[in-house]
Amino acid sequence: MAYSAPSTLQGALSALAAGPVAVIAGGTDFYPGLRDAPAPTDLLDITGIAELRGIARTPTGWRIGACTRWSEIVRADLPPAFDGLKAAGREVGSVQIQNAATVAGNLCNASPAADGVPPLLTLEAEVELASDRGKRRLPLGEFISGVRQVALRPGELVAALHLPDPPAGARAGFAKLGSRRYMVISIAMVAVLVRLDGAGAIAEARIAVGACSPVARRLPALEVMLAGCPAARLAGFDIAPAHLEPLAPIDDLRGTAAYRLDAVAELCRRALAEAVGVAERGDG
Amino acid sequence: MDERVAAARTRFRLNGAPVTLSPVPGERLSEVLRERLGAREVKIGCNAGDCGACTVLVDGAPVCACLMPAQQAEGRSVETVAALVRDDRHGRALAAAFQNRAAAQCGICTPGMITAAVALLRADPVPDEAAIMDALNGVLCRCTGYRAIIAAVLEAGRSPLPGGAGEVGSAVRRLDGAAKVEGREAYGDDIAPPGTLEMRVIRSPHPRARFALGDLDTFLAVRDGLEAVLTAADVPGRNAFGTIPGFIDQPVFAEAETRFRGEAVAAVIGTPEAMRRFDPADFPVTWTPLPAVATLAEALAPEAPQLHAGRAGNVMCEGFVECGDPEAALARADVTVEGRFRSGFVEHAYIEPDAGYARMRDGRLEVQACTQAPVMDREGLEDILGMERGSVRIVPSAVGGGFGSKLDLSVQPYLALGALTTGRPVRLAYSRIETMQVTTKRHPSDILLRIGARRDGRLCGLSFAGDFNTGAYASWGPTVANRVPVHASGPYRVADYRAEARAIHTHCPPSGAFRGFGVPQAAIAQEVLFDEIAEKLDMDPLEFRYLNALENGLPTVCGQVFEQGVGIRACLDALRPAWTAARDEAAAFNARAASDGGPRRKGAGLACGWYGCGNTSLPNPSTIKAGIRADGTLVLHQGAMDVGQGANTVIAQIFATALGVPLGCVTLVGADTDVTPDAGKTSASRQTYVSGNAARLAGAALRADILMRCNASEAARIALGAGAVEVTEGARTQRLPLGRLPPDAEGYVLRAEETYDPPTRPLDASGQGVPYAQFGYAAHLVLVEVDTALGHVRPQRFTAAHDVGRAINPLLVEGQVHGGIAQGMGMALMEEYLPGLTENLHDYLIPTVGDMPPVETLIVEEPDAHGPYGAKGLGEHVLIPTAPAILNAIRHATGCRLRAVPVTPDRMRAAILERQK
Ligand SMILES: Cc1cc2nc3c(=O)[nH]c(=O)nc-3n(C[C@H](O)[C@H](O)[C@H](O)COP(=O)(O)OP(=O)(O)OC[C@H]3O[C@@H](n4cnc5c(N)ncnc54)[C@H](O)[C@@H]3O)c2cc1C
Ligand code: FES
Ligand code: FES
Repeated sequence: MAYSAPSTLQGALSALAAGPVAVIAGGTDFYPGLRDAPAPTDLLDITGIAELRGIARTPTGWRIGACTRWSEIVRADLPPAFDGLKAAGREVGSVQIQNAATVAGNLCNASPAADGVPPLLTLEAEVELASDRGKRRLPLGEFISGVRQVALRPGELVAALHLPDPPAGARAGFAKLGSRRYMVISIAMVAVLVRLDGAGAIAEARIAVGACSPVARRLPALEVMLAGCPAARLAGFDIAPAHLEPLAPIDDLRGTAAYRLDAVAELCRRALAEAVGVAERGDG
Repeated sequence: MDERVAAARTRFRLNGAPVTLSPVPGERLSEVLRERLGAREVKIGCNAGDCGACTVLVDGAPVCACLMPAQQAEGRSVETVAALVRDDRHGRALAAAFQNRAAAQCGICTPGMITAAVALLRADPVPDEAAIMDALNGVLCRCTGYRAIIAAVLEAGRSPLPGGAGEVGSAVRRLDGAAKVEGREAYGDDIAPPGTLEMRVIRSPHPRARFALGDLDTFLAVRDGLEAVLTAADVPGRNAFGTIPGFIDQPVFAEAETRFRGEAVAAVIGTPEAMRRFDPADFPVTWTPLPAVATLAEALAPEAPQLHAGRAGNVMCEGFVECGDPEAALARADVTVEGRFRSGFVEHAYIEPDAGYARMRDGRLEVQACTQAPVMDREGLEDILGMERGSVRIVPSAVGGGFGSKLDLSVQPYLALGALTTGRPVRLAYSRIETMQVTTKRHPSDILLRIGARRDGRLCGLSFAGDFNTGAYASWGPTVANRVPVHASGPYRVADYRAEARAIHTHCPPSGAFRGFGVPQAAIAQEVLFDEIAEKLDMDPLEFRYLNALENGLPTVCGQVFEQGVGIRACLDALRPAWTAARDEAAAFNARAASDGGPRRKGAGLACGWYGCGNTSLPNPSTIKAGIRADGTLVLHQGAMDVGQGANTVIAQIFATALGVPLGCVTLVGADTDVTPDAGKTSASRQTYVSGNAARLAGAALRADILMRCNASEAARIALGAGAVEVTEGARTQRLPLGRLPPDAEGYVLRAEETYDPPTRPLDASGQGVPYAQFGYAAHLVLVEVDTALGHVRPQRFTAAHDVGRAINPLLVEGQVHGGIAQGMGMALMEEYLPGLTENLHDYLIPTVGDMPPVETLIVEEPDAHGPYGAKGLGEHVLIPTAPAILNAIRHATGCRLRAVPVTPDRMRAAILERQK
């Protein structure tokens, strides 16, 4: 029965290699997941490891330490392409949750409704995994393999996320649909990242949708379709079922599958309009 | 350096002082603070991050202490509300502003609210409303509707003290407010000393199951620190509880078969260390799931399993009111409308899960738990324990919200049996999941309604048939079945009327009392169809209601004629300017939106409500006692449970006014079945009216006694001084020295004790009679915005006119209005309890601070001859008009007729798509 809180990644990896322990970071998924059962007593707290904290510039992009809290992401000085990620961070639970919850925890919990995943997909994040056998990297879309399933091998931790430099001048948006204003698990959410050309038309668009499939998905057909679309026309942009083909929503207590598909199209339009800075219809 | 801190020490600063301790692995910061460091001001509402009651500042940042391993506090600074309101300038300012705004009702959320607000003000000393909402977004409040809290934070540091000396009509601070904002208030789980034996109830994982208990002796023997297991065999008296004579049907422990998911079969008692390790899944019991009925339709099917002998067809009871000839009236009506309306379970979602503490003292049992009905609890426990009357003492803890559910016994029987069996003090706090699984709910309803009207707009026949899912046990189901037919007409003149309501058993949690006892469900059907019939008649919805509104001298559907005090027209008059403005605003907005292609639409909706105060045609006396000690201390024994609504303050205001002294002279002694007389239960919106009258009579009696002793007239003024009462009449002042009067056993030299019981008469077979001595009246208006593309409905503002007869304390009236509207809005738009699916505050959504728009409260005072100083009840009235007003506004905005609540975004969007077809 032990609680270990190593101060180095190496210490944590040794502890992990030594035997089964439950990894805990912000605890915001860990504790609620217990429901009314007692907490496991062998715990590995990774929040004291400096190497796992913070956001840093790398030669090719950005590194976000696994244990970076959502509130740190929200406050960080980052290019506009990260605005969708920040907006998602502001929607993770509440202020209290954002002050504790970590970005890697959000990914490892692998909820289909994890708000962090769609914006990280649009940022083409890679997950850095560490074990005492070494390090490896996986694209985020491969790391999360299903509902509550991740490609963590025994003895492995998520050490960081690596985000390549986004396209110059790219902007981003995030739209979350929930049944109340705060502290709500998404019925669906959409993250977008767009770059406009000199004429104000879309040069590149990346769109990812959460809570409408076991793992959040990019929408490549829609991304292709959007290229060349003038920004001013985004609000009324027609989205066909084929554009949403990667999605496979289900009926659950938050909403029906049909509703999700229907709403996602509108969320895409709104997130795009927000990213490029066109006012929504009827907002004036 | 290492790292293993299993037995290692954790050091941090708590409110500035260094602390060192050794948390058990997995122990939460909240547990350490509450149980090892005495910081009981940190509240536990959910243990899952959803309610924010446990908010503390760690290095200045608000976090949920319930989600933080205690070891993560190592080397950091932890601050709690107790120190913030004492030492921090923002904390002090907030404590004052929260009291001035009555922003703490039950107060269970207040520590979290103030703590989160301190963090905000440190970063942004003059925040705007949006910033306040963002900062308080993690703390749920079920009582206040948040607006008073927002106002308090907005004006922290420059908040004006509300006025008056506490006489009736003055908006004084709550008398118990300081304890709430300072975190000193002790709720159900705040009483037991650390180290007290803990209990855990073992519950059925199936809606219906046969079960067999395993070898309990071996189970106990092999587990260190487990002290006892209780089952049905350990119940010395009657293994049943309930609320209504003839319907005492819920076992403390099921005996062979459980009837709802979460029903108790056993309880385990052990030391805190043992209970921390104990996993209920290890308890030796085997389950055999049996076919169960969950819905009204399933329960009413001919082949349905029967829940209780003697309740054929699973029909528990029926209520019925009839007058005139409704079918003939409907047949001759010029226009008719009809509809079938449905609603689901609604959870009270008070932030304090049921909890308490019990111990044996001198052969008697003493229970301190959160409750709305201490004397009913006492009698219920005496029956369960097989003890004679007077063997049990109930000393209620503070109550962190009740709304009807804490009328029923919850933790008390287990605590009582635990203390009796072990001979030692025991504590029990339900987890959030338990409290949501097993405490009562609002009844799901299935209502058929037909209404007719003449071309001139007069109602012409109303026929109502409602089935209510009463769950596995009776609880307050009979009350719902009785109240609904009396109220289903709404506050209107309906000469030809028939209403029947049935309470139907299912294998669901018991449905019980929830603010309104079924009337809110009935009002949805009636008020929504009123809009439809008004439209058919091409009448303005407000004018249609006005035309048909009850008036003095007109009979109700029960044949009761009030010569005075009927205030519904006054409410509608008060609302009329806001109504016109809201309709115009919606029309202008929609015209713009239609022309620029935007997806949003606005609508204004209106609904009325009425509600009889006190028990339906049954005695429900309240007794209030007061005394003056030789030293001049004036003591008021105030047994009306204050569950946040403000009885402590309101009853004291009435008493002080009747006696003729400033409120500040009154020392309160709260509910305690040994020393405070029975003021009845806090339900049926009866405390201001019924206990208020007893307080008025007690104050008047004490005054008469003093005046008589001084031979002074009613015009004289009374002043309490040290050791004497001074009576002044004109220029003459007399001193009544108290030291010379003989003290009674309680030390009072002067005393009064008075009882009031509302004058009602039984209802006959057609429901005709005098069900209530008074009704309160209300009309709500809401402006909503519907995002037609996504289905979101966002109320923009409410205007609420309430006839309260006389506002004893306008600040507290406003608090009830805001809180009731928030609950009505939740019921309309987001709340649905689904057994097994939404049994926590993560999946069961109640409004957050960001969902609640501004509310304008219009206090209407149509005095009631029976009410103290004309006052009428209010608590339940508020949420009756809210949901139908929202549905009517949605229809105004979109044309969609919604017949079921909650109108979640997916249902709204589906209705919009359906209409577009
Ligand atoms: C009230 C509330 C509201 C919430 N609202 C939202 C919301 O709106 N949107 C949303 O997306 N989420 C929400 N969440 C979920 C949660 O806050 C996030 O998923 C959070 O980011 C999880 O991070 P954590 O550090 O708290 O994880 P923990 O609870 O500490 O850990 C979660 C899981 O991940 C594992 N883990 C954590 N870090 C690592 C690592 N570095 N390597 C390997 N395994 C690891 C743990 O072993 C555990 O199994 C909410 C939670 C609560 C309690
Ligand atoms: S008790 Fe911690 S958030 Fe509810
Ligand atoms: S005052 Fe907020 S929950 Fe009661």
